[in-house]
Amino acid sequence: MRTIRFAFAILALTLIGLSARDGSADPSGEPVKVGSTLALTGPLAATAMVHKIVGEIYVERLNHKNGLLGRPVEWVLKDDQSKPDLTRTLYEQLITVDKVDLLLGPYATGPILSAMGVAQRFNKVLIHHTFGVPSLAKYDKQFPAWSLGPHPETTFPNTLFDALASTSKPPKTIAIVTSKFPSLFFISQGAREVAKTRGLNEVLYLEYEFGNQDFGPIAARIKDANPDLLFVGAIGLDGNQLLDAMKAIDYTPRFHFYMYPAPGPMAKAPNAANALAASIFEQHPPFTDDPVAAEFVKTFNAKASAAGLPYTQVETQAAVSFTAWQMLEAAVTATNSFDDEKMAQWLKTNKVNTIQGPLHFDGPNNYGDDLTKVKQVQDGNWATVWPKQWAAPGTSLRE
Amino acid sequence: MPSAALLGQSLLSGIFVGALYGLLGLGLSLSWGMLRQINLAHFALAFLGAYLTYQLGLAGLDPFLSLLLIAPAFFLVGIALHWIFDRFKVSPFNSLLLTFGLTVVVESVIQGIWTADFRRLDSPYTALKFHIGNLYFPFAGLLTLLMAVALSVAVWALLRYTDLGKAMRAAAEDAPIAAAFGIDTVALGRMLSGLCAAFAGVAGVAIALTYTLAPSQIYSWIGVVFAAVMIGGLGKPLGPLLAGIAIGISEALTMAVTAPAWAPLVSFSLLIVVLLTRTRRV
Repeated sequence: MRTIRFAFAILALTLIGLSARDGSADPSGEPVKVGSTLALTGPLAATAMVHKIVGEIYVERLNHKNGLLGRPVEWVLKDDQSKPDLTRTLYEQLITVDKVDLLLGPYATGPILSAMGVAQRFNKVLIHHTFGVPSLAKYDKQFPAWSLGPHPETTFPNTLFDALASTSKPPKTIAIVTSKFPSLFFISQGAREVAKTRGLNEVLYLEYEFGNQDFGPIAARIKDANPDLLFVGAIGLDGNQLLDAMKAIDYTPRFHFYMYPAPGPMAKAPNAANALAASIFEQHPPFTDDPVAAEFVKTFNAKASAAGLPYTQVETQAAVSFTAWQMLEAAVTATNSFDDEKMAQWLKTNKVNTIQGPLHFDGPNNYGDDLTKVKQVQDGNWATVWPKQWAAPGTSLRE
Repeated sequence: MPSAALLGQSLLSGIFVGALYGLLGLGLSLSWGMLRQINLAHFALAFLGAYLTYQLGLAGLDPFLSLLLIAPAFFLVGIALHWIFDRFKVSPFNSLLLTFGLTVVVESVIQGIWTADFRRLDSPYTALKFHIGNLYFPFAGLLTLLMAVALSVAVWALLRYTDLGKAMRAAAEDAPIAAAFGIDTVALGRMLSGLCAAFAGVAGVAIALTYTLAPSQIYSWIGVVFAAVMIGGLGKPLGPLLAGIAIGISEALTMAVTAPAWAPLVSFSLLIVVLLTRTRRV
């Protein structure tokens, strides 16, 4: 009798264990290989680490459920060293040597463009992370996970200027200072045009080389021009370096915006109060009202902390990376296949629910809507401030 | 027309950034001119010094005190490096390759320890500044200038006025003949290599006080510092500082009056002019 009870107990525990795993069976069979590269070393490495952590979280999440179509998922990840030429070679290798079933793109415009060329040659679907110049994405089986829209050079500046127009004293003059980094340069050019059409008086326009280290003279010129709004086509540390240089001469513009700053250093910079930037996701409601997003935020915070990242919050890069995996999973699951033709067709004609919101890919170059928001440094943290329906609870744009 | 304040502030900015070029170039110039070692790892050591300053800062150590630890430690690293060069009879060209490899290794070590993410030293000196009228003097910039001038002048005086310096110059000019006169060229070489590495450590402290750190930034200043070293003259302690400041001012004024994107052209245009017009060896 005791043996029978024991057997029942074991059976019950097993059933409880199985139900705890979302009711799905363990994935089995030959692994599905997903191939991608990331800039694990080189100048883009700081951001690539975010994508690596997200990829690991998602693969673990997939394998904890039912894998992809019942098969376990194996992520074949290579280091493209931030070099577009090496990225091209590695994607060829992933397809011809590693024989991956599916591709995911690298991070940043240059490497993505290289990977796109290879994907096109082999007729593979390429879902990519942060490609900054939608007009260059000509391949019909590429799909952007970054919801920039087909013309961010006009849509986003309009979003920003709308936000500023809602303040008690909207800016009348603008200074545009931009890196010549391609994905920033074209947005800044668009911002110039949009500013003109909206009646903003351009008091300064400057271009600097990507990698510039001396922002002292640029800061002095901005101070001399004293614009109501400083629009900086900045990437990575540029924004911080310019902030430091402006602080050194005791100057802070009334409104200051940085396109793609390094989120951690800028949020924590002592002189970054009220700095504005572009974003598609921040880890506060209403973004985290989505339970998938909330769970992801929790896991990412823990993993990023364990990996020694000084800034562990989920923002644009991590959210885009997660979205790319969501798109891949959705296409495979919906078509019940790994066939690139079928997946591409499905993605073009269906919406994918992601942590950015529902995305569609039926616009020019497979782009959908521009979902970019405006965020602001408030009390040492980023908070979305515009559009108002996405604003962090209790916050508004500070002047 | 740019205002006087703009020009004055840009001039100051050029002097401060030029002083950093000079500080980075000092060890490189001495090692290249006197030891015949083109030490690309000098930049990696400088950044390692910057990261150590950051780490010691996290532990609560003042950057000036961390200098007292970093400089002697790097002096020993320099001696070890020179021992390797001597032991394997590394030629000047091979030293370039070997130290490039070493730079990649140091970059990987930095990334392994501190990750590729950005790091910023939180020190009371980073935000400290003085001003006279419309002109602002950041403390970190002044300190970099002070250290660059002090070290460059001290090395210049050492080489010019002391027996040790004269022996070093003799060993650099013709080591076998110097040895024949009883100079221990090997020991002097190690000492000089140690000094060069220690100077990289000092430059690292200056970098940590001014800049946000990322491993790949090791390569940011290689071109412009090489230009400063070559314009200033190899093995000449005052040369890199003067050339660095000249380049810094030219770049800053270019940024103040024209498109900032033209600034990088300045240092290399100056280098080309110097190489074409200078009759003596670089």
